Order: sequence, then structure tokens, then C-alpha cells
Amino acid sequence: MKIHQLSLFLENQPGQIVEPCRILARAGIDIRTLTLADTQRFGILRLILSDWEAGAKALHDAGYVTNVTEVVAVEVPDRPGGLAGLLELLSPAGLNIEYMYAFTSGRADQAVMIFRFNDPDRAIELLQKSGINVVGSVEVYQRIPK
Amino acid sequence: MIGVSEAIAARYHPASAPDFVPARHLKELQLARLQAVVQRAWEHVPLFRNRMDERGMAPGDVRALEDIARLPFTVKTDLRDTYPFGLFASPMSEIVRLHVSSGTTGKPIVVAYTKADVDVWTSVMLRTLASCGVTHGDIVQNAYGYGLFTGGLGAHYGAEALGATVIPISGGNTDRQLMIMRDFKVTVFCSTPSYFTHLADRAEQLGFRMRDLSLRVGVFGAEPWSESMRRHMESDTGIQAFDIYGLSEITGPGVGSECPWRTGLHVFEDHFYPEIVDPLTQEPVAEGVEGELVLTTLSKMAMPMIRYRTRDITAFVPGECPCGRTLRRIRRVGRRSDDMMIIRGINVFPSQVESALLDVEGTMPHYQIILTREKGLDQMEVQVEVTPEIFGDTVGALEEMNQKLVYAIERTVGLRVAVRLVMPHTIARSEGKAKRVIDRRNVEE
Repeated sequence: MKIHQLSLFLENQPGQIVEPCRILARAGIDIRTLTLADTQRFGILRLILSDWEAGAKALHDAGYVTNVTEVVAVEVPDRPGGLAGLLELLSPAGLNIEYMYAFTSGRADQAVMIFRFNDPDRAIELLQKSGINVVGSVEVYQRIPK
Repeated sequence: MIGVSEAIAARYHPASAPDFVPARHLKELQLARLQAVVQRAWEHVPLFRNRMDERGMAPGDVRALEDIARLPFTVKTDLRDTYPFGLFASPMSEIVRLHVSSGTTGKPIVVAYTKADVDVWTSVMLRTLASCGVTHGDIVQNAYGYGLFTGGLGAHYGAEALGATVIPISGGNTDRQLMIMRDFKVTVFCSTPSYFTHLADRAEQLGFRMRDLSLRVGVFGAEPWSESMRRHMESDTGIQAFDIYGLSEITGPGVGSECPWRTGLHVFEDHFYPEIVDPLTQEPVAEGVEGELVLTTLSKMAMPMIRYRTRDITAFVPGECPCGRTLRRIRRVGRRSDDMMIIRGINVFPSQVESALLDVEGTMPHYQIILTREKGLDQMEVQVEVTPEIFGDTVGALEEMNQKLVYAIERTVGLRVAVRLVMPHTIARSEGKAKRVIDRRNVEE
């Protein structure tokens, strides 16, 4: 149920994101979603790709340092309190969220959020037990409207 | 017993015989050669004769080896001031080769060789390679620059005299270097250590590993490198890395070399007489104490150098080497007094920064030091390329790594400096000597 996310080190300078996007485009790889974490001096670009292995190879060959992380995509009801309800399940179990970001799901009633947990396996188990839908990688790629 | 002598024969080339001469005989030879070279310089080099006159000295005053300490020094500016041919002791008709060393400031320096000088150079490079375990069965890829730089031709002549197969590829064109290394089953690689590191990186990018090739020995010189860089190189590529030492002013590569024990570099002191002096007082230091290496060419004809101050900081290694060579050893030259940066009054060497970076686990030594001055205060920034080992997925992990590097440098250098993580392959790679320090302090004043 885990999804492979590709992280990329960037310097915090104008124009740094263009090149990796071009490299992925040339390799015919689609970016499903992305987020950018930045500090004053550097940034980390996190990507969910249509083919993470091919993406990692294309970026590595171009000299980028990448890191593959397993993240979890979770369906969140798209209504007030939807996310709060989900988070309330996690904290009593001692599950820590390193970061999270949103994802377009293409459905009106459900959003999809990407989570990086300190313990993804335990998080998945807990979420599923509580009847929350954890989205698999194939589904994530299919869900997004083209 | 046959087995033993075969093992010795395999390890020691006949040309290495002078490496093992008993110390007493070596000293006799050194004194005779010193007296001859002083006489020769005094007769043919006006600069040297004038300095002897100033001291009220004549060649006959050299009666024992210890008398060398009374002779005047020669310094790099002497070579510039007498540009191009002022220090030659042979007429041009006897000179068969000129090399030119690039100067970063002002005029370059010119060095000259007679036929006999080239033969000596060849013999010391042969002894260098033999000492690094290279044999006639090896295929040597020589990536030292050919041309005006002494590295390329020096290593070439030595390897050919040894009977090895030499590929005179010179520096540059990294992908072709790797193709030839793989396709020709190269066993020995000669270059600067930083260029070899660059090559190993590139091999990984191209999808193969050097340890899977036939390469077994690296003969590295022409720039300072650290013991931790060696460990890193060897574990990454599976080769044995040897340090060699030389400088154009004396002959080029071939002044000294490590042996298989790698406990310092043996100086080929039957041709190059080493002293170590305090750079400030110019007095000899005690054995084992660091100082500046001073070399005298004992057999050079075209351009004798008497007490040349190398600017290289080293120390004699006390005791005898287990390899049996009677030649004195000097510690690896980790730094030059030229490389020294004075930052807010503290002496800092790039090699210190390098070893600090390497102490932080997994950090490869691609770095650059940028010096600037802000409001009259020196600022030092160390730019370090991010590697897969350093790169964690979270901002916290990266900042922690940054902080670790800052502390490691502070511990070795004694100065708080800024560390900036930069994108891989953004620091310019050098095909010769790596440019580790960019000093912008004067420009901005």
C-alpha cells in the first residue's frame, strides 16, 4: 500500500526546479503531484511520478542526488473536520507525521493526502482497521484525471 | 631458498638497487656529488656565485655533508627573476629539453635538462614505479598532463624504461579515459588524486564500478591529499593508492615515492639531498619535527638547484623502513606553506578542511573553500556537494548534516566557518591540480 516518492536536493536559487522537470518530461514521465520544502539555503523537491524507477534513473544519470521514500496515500473526506478526524486517530497511537501534502483526487467527496509517517506499516494497519481507505500506487496514478 | 629469491626478484627491480645502498656509502656518494654540483653552479651560475661571495664562501668550503647548511638558499622567485635561462649551467647546445611551469602570478618558470639529466629523471621515475609495485607486465594509463608540465613525460619515460605498456593518454576526456581503462584492461593509473576521484564518480554515473575492472594500482601525485582520502579511494575502487612526490624545479615527479609499506615517501637522496628547516628561522629541525622541505640536486647538470626551498611542509620519518630501503622517508606532504590561508589570524590549510569533511561519515571530498571579507572580517565558506549518503529526505536531516560538518571543521581548524551544501557536480572538476580555494578577499577591498 506504500507509494514510492522521489526526493531531490536543490539549491535555493531561481530556476532550479526547471531542469529536473525538463529531464522527466524528456523521459516521458508524468509528475502526479509534488511539493517543495524549502529553507533559506536549500530545498527538497518531493515528487510522485507515473514511473518512479525510470524517474530516479533519468535524474541520477543527469547527476542529481535523489532519495526514494515510502509514503502513504490516504483518502480523506472532503468536508469540514475530515482531516481533523483522521489525525485524531493517529496521535494516540504514537504515530508521527514527518510531513504531508495534498493531492487532487478527481472526486468531489474525497481528497487524497500523502503522508510520510515515522512508521508507515503501523500507520497503514491502524488506518485500515479504522475503515479508512489507503490508496495503493496503481490507484493513485489512475485516479487523477488526465 | 629459491622461492625466497624469486619473491625478491619479483618485488625488486634491478634499477632499484641504489634504494638499498648502505647509509655509509650513500653519504660518501652524496658528499662527492654535492662538492661537484656546488663547483659547477659556482662556475656557471652568476646568481649562485654572487651569493657565495656575499658569504665569503667558495666551493672548497664544502668539506662534509653538514656544510650544506652554510650554503645559500634558492627560492622560487629566483627562477622568475632570472627568466628564462638565467640559472642554466649548461650551454643550450647540451640542453635537450625545456619544461615550463605555469605561474599563477607573473612570469612562468623554465627548467632545463641535458641528456644525462633526462636519464637520471627516467631512472628515478623507474624506481618510483617499481617502489609502487608496478612491473613490466603492467598496462599503465598515464593521465598526467603531457606537454610543458613535467608529470606526463616524467611518468611516461619511467614506465617505458620499466618495460610496462604505456598509454600516453594525458589528462582530460574523462569518458574516453574510462573506455580505455575498461577495454584495454589497464592495471595502473597515474594522475592527480582529485582527477582519479572524479573518474571514479563518472564511472558510477555510467553504470559500472572501478573495482570490477583490472585496475590494481594508482600512482598519485602533483597535489596534496590526505590519508583519509586514500582510505576512501581504496575502499571505493579496490585499488592500492600510492603517493609520489616531485616538483619541476628539482626534476619533476621522481623525487620521492612510497613503498609497499606506505609509511612515508623515500627520497631518492642519491640524486636529491633533503633537509627540513624551520620556515621562519631557516634552521634545521630535529628528526620527526615538521618543517619546510629543502632539496639540493646532487647530479643535475643543466640546472643545479642548491638548497631549493620547496614550500612543502613535511617531516623526516624516524627509524628504518621494513622494506629495507636505506633512503630516508618524509611524511606525505599534506600541505604547502603556499596553501596556507590566514583567516582572522588563524593558519588554516585546505587539507585540514578535507580531513574534517571525511571524518563526517560518508562525505566525499568534493568541496571548495570560498574566502571573502565582510566589514573587514574574513569569512570562510566551505561548499560541499551533496551525495546520496548525505541526502536525507527531510529538511531536519539535511540541516543536521550541515551542522555536523560545521562542528567537524571547527574541531580541526579551530574556527567557526559556514558550510553550504550545494548540488552535485556544481563545483568545477579539475583535470590537473584541483582548485580548492577561491580567495575573493583582495578583489573586494
